[in-house]
Amino acid sequence: MTAAPTAGAAPVSGLDPFSEAFLSDPYPAHAQLREAGPVVRLERYGIWGMARHVPVHSALNDWETYRSSAGVGLADFTRETPFRPPSLLLEADPPEHTRARKTITGVLSPTRVKSLRDTFEREAEALVDRLLERGSFDAVDDFAHAFPNRVFPEAVGVPEAGREHLMAYGNLVFNAFGPRNRIFEESARDADEVRAWIAQACQRENLSDGGLGADIHAHAPECGMSGEEAALLVRSLLSAGVDTTVHGLGNAIFCFATHPEQWAALHADPSRARAAFEEVVRFESPVQTFFRTTTRDVDVEGVRIPAGEKVLLFLAAANRDPRHWERPDAFDISRRATGHVGFGSGIHACLGQMLARLEAEVLLGVLARRVASIELAGEPQLKLNNTLRGLASLPVTVRPAVA
Amino acid sequence: VPGVVYVSPDGGRAAVELSAGTTVKDGALDHGIDGIVAECGGNAMCATCHVYVDAAWIERLAERSEVEDELLDSTACPRTDTSRLACQIRMSDALDGLVVHLPEEQE
Repeated sequence: MTAAPTAGAAPVSGLDPFSEAFLSDPYPAHAQLREAGPVVRLERYGIWGMARHVPVHSALNDWETYRSSAGVGLADFTRETPFRPPSLLLEADPPEHTRARKTITGVLSPTRVKSLRDTFEREAEALVDRLLERGSFDAVDDFAHAFPNRVFPEAVGVPEAGREHLMAYGNLVFNAFGPRNRIFEESARDADEVRAWIAQACQRENLSDGGLGADIHAHAPECGMSGEEAALLVRSLLSAGVDTTVHGLGNAIFCFATHPEQWAALHADPSRARAAFEEVVRFESPVQTFFRTTTRDVDVEGVRIPAGEKVLLFLAAANRDPRHWERPDAFDISRRATGHVGFGSGIHACLGQMLARLEAEVLLGVLARRVASIELAGEPQLKLNNTLRGLASLPVTVRPAVA
Repeated sequence: VPGVVYVSPDGGRAAVELSAGTTVKDGALDHGIDGIVAECGGNAMCATCHVYVDAAWIERLAERSEVEDELLDSTACPRTDTSRLACQIRMSDALDGLVVHLPEEQE
């Protein structure tokens, strides 16, 4: 006979997941948090953390217990004023969330995403042509920024003037999920101008016909959404669609430059580009964390979390949990990486994930066909962000494939 | 334990036991059955876990959600009346013996 399990106390950790030391090298800290238990108390902020794959995946798939409408950052919207008018998707629960999500899925169907492939291929070929002429370049500015910042705003139909604000806005929004630390304050310096531009760009009259943004406005009334709500849904695309992809592509080149045998494998078979990107998202997840808020007392593998508490889900730690992955710290494009939570999971799973995959598949595929090797040509510089993991600079030298 | 039979395009059959509550997508991935990609991880977003449910079984499944219905318009192989997404079919004792046919391609 076994005693009925009683909910015990969580192990306590003094780690600060938003400190520059943690953000600069999160993986040893992730391992500590995973090993401490299924749920950890992070006393620095009076919050809870989960870093193992099973509890993170379960929490993401249980929106009734782990709600998003109290904010998916550190701020508790029931007590604090949100940093911006809340997202109708990310910071919402059903039933409101359901209508909003349906508006987007109706526009961003896999078929619609696939229709963008030819344009992406052309742009990717042109970009790789230019980079091969140079030989040495910054894989962040000249590659990872250059491609999504061209094809994504074009696909959405955003005005051309002022597109540089897109990166600044994403950086700001993802920083705002953390505390008001120095990293946040720096990104908030030109916030007013950036936010004003974004708000304008989301209005129907400023979005070009036939783009994803105009289609959201067109589709919104069928789903019971007002014009103002449609503009907020376009804002979701713009917040979530640029920095994340840029970091995903930058991280990809970092992974390959530091694992030349993996580039050799991809160069030998560029059709593996899509699977390779999946492994990049698992191994160097652009989105590292998201918060949820408990709606009730909940027992997680013997640990009780009370109602109304903030829970920090370490997506990137779950993506390297040895309980789920073999050789989790090995970057290996031949593994089946699907099932990672780099795009989240459940009703809040990234709505742009098919678009992100297409961008990466096309660009990495073209690069893999035409580039035999990628070498670091200088020290990579991190771009610290409270939520995102990515680089500010990544000098590389590429050697063209022998034609 | 309820079982599912996966029939590959060449007619090969693989029978797998799945605990109630797991999905037909999980069954394929956990048992190394080719033909289900499930790129999005089972979130009804990618339409790469398309299956043709055997005609004898289709009426016994829960109705498609609107999201699943929309996604089935994006499958790589043509949609038919028996098309479903394997990530949306949750096993129960009532489905013991379910037969699904895998399409030629998913992407």
